[in-house]
Formats: sequence, C-alpha cells, structure tokens
Amino acid sequence: MDHAHFTPIASLVGGLVIGLATALLWILRGRVAGITGIVGELFARVPGEAPWRLAFIAGLVGGGALTHALRPAAFDAARGGTGTLIVAGLLVGYGTRLGNGCTSGHGLCGVSRLSPRSIAATCVFMAVGMLTVFVVRHVGGAR
Amino acid sequence: MKPLVGLVCGFVFAVGLALSGMSQPSKVLGFLDVAGGAWDPSLAFVMLGGIAVVALGRRLAPTKPLFDRAYPVLRRHGIDRRLILGAAIFGAGWGLVGYCPGPAIVSLGAGMPGALLFCASMVMGMAVFQVSDL
Repeated sequence: MDHAHFTPIASLVGGLVIGLATALLWILRGRVAGITGIVGELFARVPGEAPWRLAFIAGLVGGGALTHALRPAAFDAARGGTGTLIVAGLLVGYGTRLGNGCTSGHGLCGVSRLSPRSIAATCVFMAVGMLTVFVVRHVGGAR
Repeated sequence: MKPLVGLVCGFVFAVGLALSGMSQPSKVLGFLDVAGGAWDPSLAFVMLGGIAVVALGRRLAPTKPLFDRAYPVLRRHGIDRRLILGAAIFGAGWGLVGYCPGPAIVSLGAGMPGALLFCASMVMGMAVFQVSDL
C-alpha cells in the first residue's frame, strides 16, 4: 500500500462535500448531479434545462479556479501526450453517454439508491480502469 | 433562482472534488493501480463519504423539491449491453489519463495543462454519441 499518499480524512471530507452538493441539487431542484448528464444532455436540447446545466458547469469551473488559487497542491497535471489526452477524452465522453453516467451519476447517485444498473456500471468502469492502468504501467512499461 | 441553485451546487461539488484528491490524476491512477504494490485506497473514502450523504439527503428530502414541481421518476431499466459497453469504454479512458468528467472540468477551471484538450475531446465524444445514437 502507498502510505505516503494515503489521505483517508481529506478524501472522506471531500466525499462528504461532494455528497452535500449532490443532495442539495436533489432537494432544491430534484435534479441528479451526474456530470455526464449535465454536460452531455445539453446536446439533447431539452427545453428549459440548459440554464441550470450551464450554471452548474460554471460553478464547477469557478470552484476549480478558486480552490486552485487557495491551494494549488490540490491539483496536478494529467500526464500523457496530446494523442493520449485526445483519445482518453473521446473515450470518456462517448463511453459515459453510451453507459448513461460516470463516477458521479452511477458511482455516487446510483449506488447510493442501490440501482442495480449503476452498481453494475460502477463495477465495470472501475475494473476496466484498473485493467487499463495495469496494462499501461506494468505490461507496456510506459510509465 | 433556479440557475443559482445550479451554480452553487456546481461550486460546492468542485470544492469537494478538490478536497478529496479526485482533481489529481496521479492520485486517481494510484487508486486504480491495485497491482503496482503501492496502492492508494484514498478514493474509496470519497465514495464512502459521498454515498452516505446522498443516501441521507434522499431520506431527509421533502415530498417535493423546494424550487421545483416534482422529483423525476428515475427509470429502472435492466442491465443491458449499452450500459456495460459504455462503462467499459469510459473506464478505459479514465484509466489512460485519470480524469473522469467532473474532475476534468474542475481542472479546466484551475487552469491545469492538458485539461482543456481533454475536456474538448470529451465534449466531442459526447457530441459523436449524440449524432450517432438512434
């Protein structure tokens, strides 16, 4: 285990705050805080749904800017070249829409209401994510 | 009022992601690297904390949303090929770089190098899905 980087308290607190935002969006507006749906369904052009989605995305961007200003160490740059970033971005965008959710929508919202679909999706993307890291780091020896 | 709720929730969500370590691709990859001998299980605690609060929030939720007419009926389809295939494609992209959609957008706001290219590609992937899906 990697004891040097293990941050159970900070990660738990961060999880509580993410959960708070998710619960608030549900209680105040009855909307699911799944980032895939919030961004991806902008393309579906559902009448009346765009303003809050865009506002949520603006909140994400603004929150990133502010937390980075206060605590730059909370962020690090993605490794990988231009090609890797493009391929990974395309896979994440297409895959999350096809599978109807990501870490937030399935992993958090869906699992918390014990949706069998979300539990299955979460197991699959975790397992494939682990397999991908294994192949990249330990089979190819690239990193 | 309604967009303001979105703005505040997005902002709080971003702060949570930054606190949790999800905004560090190296940490995400350290979590996914279960076989490397230096596994960092921190991000399991993000899930734990998040799931607990969301489950509690749903229990405490009033009979209708405070600023809306009704809760949506969340569909319960079966587990199908699209779900599994989509999750697998997403997992491959996540494992390649360490960004899932939320942290990628938050990192874009933080001005991290690579985040813009990733987010642009991600939105492109979503657009491809939209035009190709029937």
